[in-house]
Amino acid sequence: MANNLFDGTREQMNKLLDCIEQHKSDPGALMPVMHEAQNIYGYLPSEVQTVIADKLNVPLAEVYGVATFYSQFSLQPKGKHQISVCLGTACYVKGSDKILEVLEKELKIKCGECTPDGKFSIDSCRCVGACGLAPVMIIDGEVYGKLTSGEVNGILEKYMKD
Amino acid sequence: MVNLKINGIPVSVPEGSTILQAAKVANVRIPTLCYLKDVQCVGSCRLCLVEATGARGLVTACTYPVSEGMEVRTNTPAIRKSRKTTVELILSTHKKKCLSCVRSMNCELQKLALEYNAEEDRFGTDHDLKPIDDLSPSVVRDNSKCVMCTRCVAACTQQTIGAIGPQNRGYAKTIGSPYGVSLAHTPCVNCGQCVVACPVGALYEKSNVADVWGAIVDPTKKVVFFTAPSVRATLGEAFGLPVGTNVEGKMVAAIKQLGDIKCFNMDITADLTIMEEATELMQRLSSGGTLPMFTSCCPGWVKFAEHYYPEFLPNISTCKSPQEMFSAVLKTYYCEKNGIDPKDLFVVSVIPCTAKKFEVTRDELGHYTDAAITTRELAKMIKEAGIDFVNIPDGEFDTPFEEASGAGAIFGATGGVMEAALRTAAAKLGGSGAPIEFKEVRGTAGVKEAEYKVGSTVLKVAVASGLNNARKVLEDIRSGKKNYAFVEIMACPGGCINGGGQPYVHDEIRNSIDLKAVRAQALYDYDREKKLRTSHENPAVDTLYKEYFEKPSSHKAHELLHTTYTKREKY
Amino acid sequence: MTVKELEKLAADKADLIKVRKIVREQAEELAKNTGYRKQVLVCGGTGCTSSHSQQVIEQLEASFKELGINDVLIVKTGCFGLCALGPIMIVYPEGAFYSQMTPEHAKTVAEKHLVKGGEVVKELLYGETVHDDGSIIPFAEIPFYKHQMRIALRNCGVIAAESIEEAIGAGDYAALAKVLTSMTPDGVINEIKAAGLRGRGGAGFPTGLKWQFTKDAVGDKKYVCCNADEGDPGAFMDRSILEGDPHTVLEAMTIAGYAIGAQEGYIYVRAEYPIAVERLKIAIAKAREKGLLGKNILGSNFSFDINLRLGAGAFVCGEETALIASIEGKRGEPKPKPPFPAQSGIFKKPTVINNVETWASVAPIILNGAEWFSSIGTEKSKGTKVFALGGKINNVGLVEVPMGTTLKTIVYDIGGGLPDGKQFKAAQTGGPSGGCIPATHLNVPMDFDNLTAIGSMMGSGGLIVMDENTCMVDIAKFYLEFTADESCGKCTACRIGTKRLLDILTKITEGKGEPEDLDKITELAEHMKSSSLCALGQSAPNPILSTMKHFSNEYIKHVYSKQCPAGVCKSLLSYQVNPDKCKGCTLCRRNCPVGAISGEVKSAHEIDTKKCIKCGQCIAHCKFGAIEIK
Repeated sequence: MANNLFDGTREQMNKLLDCIEQHKSDPGALMPVMHEAQNIYGYLPSEVQTVIADKLNVPLAEVYGVATFYSQFSLQPKGKHQISVCLGTACYVKGSDKILEVLEKELKIKCGECTPDGKFSIDSCRCVGACGLAPVMIIDGEVYGKLTSGEVNGILEKYMKD
Repeated sequence: MVNLKINGIPVSVPEGSTILQAAKVANVRIPTLCYLKDVQCVGSCRLCLVEATGARGLVTACTYPVSEGMEVRTNTPAIRKSRKTTVELILSTHKKKCLSCVRSMNCELQKLALEYNAEEDRFGTDHDLKPIDDLSPSVVRDNSKCVMCTRCVAACTQQTIGAIGPQNRGYAKTIGSPYGVSLAHTPCVNCGQCVVACPVGALYEKSNVADVWGAIVDPTKKVVFFTAPSVRATLGEAFGLPVGTNVEGKMVAAIKQLGDIKCFNMDITADLTIMEEATELMQRLSSGGTLPMFTSCCPGWVKFAEHYYPEFLPNISTCKSPQEMFSAVLKTYYCEKNGIDPKDLFVVSVIPCTAKKFEVTRDELGHYTDAAITTRELAKMIKEAGIDFVNIPDGEFDTPFEEASGAGAIFGATGGVMEAALRTAAAKLGGSGAPIEFKEVRGTAGVKEAEYKVGSTVLKVAVASGLNNARKVLEDIRSGKKNYAFVEIMACPGGCINGGGQPYVHDEIRNSIDLKAVRAQALYDYDREKKLRTSHENPAVDTLYKEYFEKPSSHKAHELLHTTYTKREKY
Repeated sequence: MTVKELEKLAADKADLIKVRKIVREQAEELAKNTGYRKQVLVCGGTGCTSSHSQQVIEQLEASFKELGINDVLIVKTGCFGLCALGPIMIVYPEGAFYSQMTPEHAKTVAEKHLVKGGEVVKELLYGETVHDDGSIIPFAEIPFYKHQMRIALRNCGVIAAESIEEAIGAGDYAALAKVLTSMTPDGVINEIKAAGLRGRGGAGFPTGLKWQFTKDAVGDKKYVCCNADEGDPGAFMDRSILEGDPHTVLEAMTIAGYAIGAQEGYIYVRAEYPIAVERLKIAIAKAREKGLLGKNILGSNFSFDINLRLGAGAFVCGEETALIASIEGKRGEPKPKPPFPAQSGIFKKPTVINNVETWASVAPIILNGAEWFSSIGTEKSKGTKVFALGGKINNVGLVEVPMGTTLKTIVYDIGGGLPDGKQFKAAQTGGPSGGCIPATHLNVPMDFDNLTAIGSMMGSGGLIVMDENTCMVDIAKFYLEFTADESCGKCTACRIGTKRLLDILTKITEGKGEPEDLDKITELAEHMKSSSLCALGQSAPNPILSTMKHFSNEYIKHVYSKQCPAGVCKSLLSYQVNPDKCKGCTLCRRNCPVGAISGEVKSAHEIDTKKCIKCGQCIAHCKFGAIEIK
């Protein structure tokens, strides 16, 4: 089950253990701990889930079941640049599906995947609440609103460079 | 009491009852799939939908509480339509290889489909099949047949293992181990409670039937069977006999008709276990050994301890399980006595258990058992051989292992090992007139405690069945809250009579009787009829010691009848 | 703090806030008391933050330093509601409404308007606020706001979202003080009951009754819970309240705690709302600091505290039993009811759960009385409702109107109609659980019961406007994709039903639909409605059923003629260059994001239909109308 790509640092592990210690006695601690773990590692590697299961004394299958239930928990590392396209209704009726399609074609990956060089990952999300700017995509927290599919490549280029 | 009407039939049921429970009283059948008494009640399959006054829309009978004056309808056109569609939707995701399925003719989905006139592919069929996990020596999982009732998960969770669970969501939801690894690579203890909980063919034991048939037709092999205590009490169910029918004679006769087979009685090594275990306990008590001592007959419990409570491994009796004792005796003593080359002897144990299939593979046990088959597999072989089981005249166990004590027989029910041990201890330490029946350790309660004065010693004992209950006892011991001399633990709730290898029982029957109690009663009745009721009085055991092992806990006994345990990782 | 201290703080801050709420002349007078010559309110809600309002604030601060302005207060507020015009900035006391601000604009406004003796920079004002004669219309009087009645949103965009002092100045916690000093728990519940407040989360269950059930339930512990898992894609009223006036939610939960006998509350908020989460954290910390949460609140013997729990991206967790499971750290799978949360909720204890907008209506009811609240709205739907106006509409944003306001008023008077002169085709309410309202029902008064009667539902208040270019089959498919993806997978009807419905709709939009598919849709939809475990599954077919009811001709066209009248369903149309019209200008080729167009300069171009994703960029750029959809 070991994931060879896992390269967590001691600092990360200490942070995780601290966080588990902090939440251990709270009822329903699993989700807050998983959120925190994802903040620390960027995703939920199997090793991290095992630590959580062990320290919180819940079966690993339960941790994994929760991790795969909620779409915000990721089992895969994300790209250096994380792209998220809003597929909420307001964005959809303004053509955000086309934005996503251009991204997928340009980066040659599907939504939910990461490019082989680890540079970009694409996800879709359900309404970030920026409906006034529909359609929107978000790259590393930066919101690009009132987009047209023609503008996508130009924006991507900015991130290609570094 | 609450008064209500179901389809016009008035019933009175205790407050807090569900519509499903009330319907049973009214003899109204409501179909269920995800509901399993004592295991799961989640209202997810939607087959038990009914109409009830005061409720908005259709409600699940398994969860909806009754109320005074309520009128329930279980059989309207809308309800029938809903059930039909539900079954059809399930069928659209189901691998419909029904003819060759292990559960064909015994499948709860098949039965429902027939009852509600469901068409197989009115909503199409999924063609992408999921991989079958057959790496575990005990349990096979075929997710393409899974109906997502989650009864297996509930059973596994109740056992506090959680080797499998729901993952993903919506249509992509599946049941499995984390990261899709095989059950073989999880802390699964192979108890098989998931298998007996499954309504369809998505979970079944790893079959060894082909190996056994192969040995039977192999002219160089001599095939011997021995049958575990509880098999006599359950095998009949597979042939339509009522739950709780003792079919020992038919079982022996049928096995002997499978081929040139000698069939022995495993109760003998249950007696042998008592001799060894009682001696070990007394040694521990007198020499300040590790206490409490735990029984070691149950391979599910042993693996559980190795994964979850390694600090208690020194507490587990070093005795092998009766299965492994018997195989060891057969491959050594029996072979020597009959001039058989051990490699020519093919030893088959018939057990109510899927964990025993794993036990067979443990190196430290010496690989004396060649195949372990469950009650279900034996039934399948009997059917395959065309044997008229119900009408077959009784047969008798072969010599030299034909006679065993009633104490050995009750090993099959929770508390049985404890009672057997107490009988011998009481007789040995308390002399004549010692009691035979120890009712405090009987019954289906998860944890039972008792205190007996045996001779001059006061023995505090506990019995736990079901790993959730085992955990309770272990935690109490660990925290110092409880203190015992001897503890019996069985992984399956109710003990072996409710083992993972026992015949499938439809939810409808499981939901209306106390399966564990009725099956156990067959063993207690059998014991009561026996003249020989204590292990130490068993002449066959006596002979074994005289001719081979010398005395309990001898050097030779340790070599062949005892074992060791190893800590295992949880992940 | 004590009640006295609270009242004093409120009085100290009252004028400062009041300047932002009253008409210009009075405001100018009042401003003199506040120590600030002017106040600049900049929206710090998600929409405006996304369009960089933070940079506007930073520029203002820099300019103030440079210009030596020290008597103008910068206030970072929550959402004003007019998200499409962001970043929004309003200057009081004159009420000058600047829209689509940039740092450069901010600099200009600081230099020309905010300096002593400065004048409003008219060219940067929102166009509709400047009269032909040059006079300006104050912010509160523009049509977008004029038709609204703000109760739940009363403080959103008015106060500094992270300041508890401003919240108190605006009246927050006054209701709590009233409750703790002069009302019994039953008195509180009766007031809420009499007000006729119904849950704003979707189902419209009477709030007071819910509180009563929870109060009456037996339990050694009870919980109050705020459902802030606003999952309807396209609805953002709860987010705006949390971002703009988080204290009103904390206050109302505390009041409910007092009423039902709970000492602990949970707020379950979407993790996708980072700003709301942050503001809630700040608000909780500050309320604790001030003794408005914690032990012996306002010197009473009542204690109450609130925990924050984050969702993780599961729409179903808006369903209360799933939300409870999620708070308990489990997969968010709903459970059959009964038992209702009022009997067995969080950790199996009696729990009252209300959504954010409902909570935001509680304090005004306590302060102004049930009679006042119940005088607003329709017979069975009292008070106001917030709608998130989105889609093909000019004024995308948040609006709060009395229950019973017609769709027409909302779309045309407040929403400013549809862009590009397009025709109104339908409005979708209730999100994935709701339905479409066609143009024939534009005059329907919007309340719980009327919307249900025409096959839609109030839902949480998402209101998406669609024009003639929207394909109703495609929209139904969009919602089904959503519910299929968000179904928890627990019950058979929803887990498999949504997938099978989606399979059929996909077939139809791909031109492979058969006549019997339409019957199968109806059958499956009815099955899901009657047999699903929770509201998600029971209502998932609504978008299909309502579009089939009101736009059956579109389904028929897709199935029988393999046509998509709105020109949306990609499999049913292809883009082609009309060689007679094409001048070979290469504009389409250069603007095609996927490189599907080829052709030399001054010769007719060609579209590779295999590569084409039908995004419409070529049509938008072609000056000769040479690209045709077939």
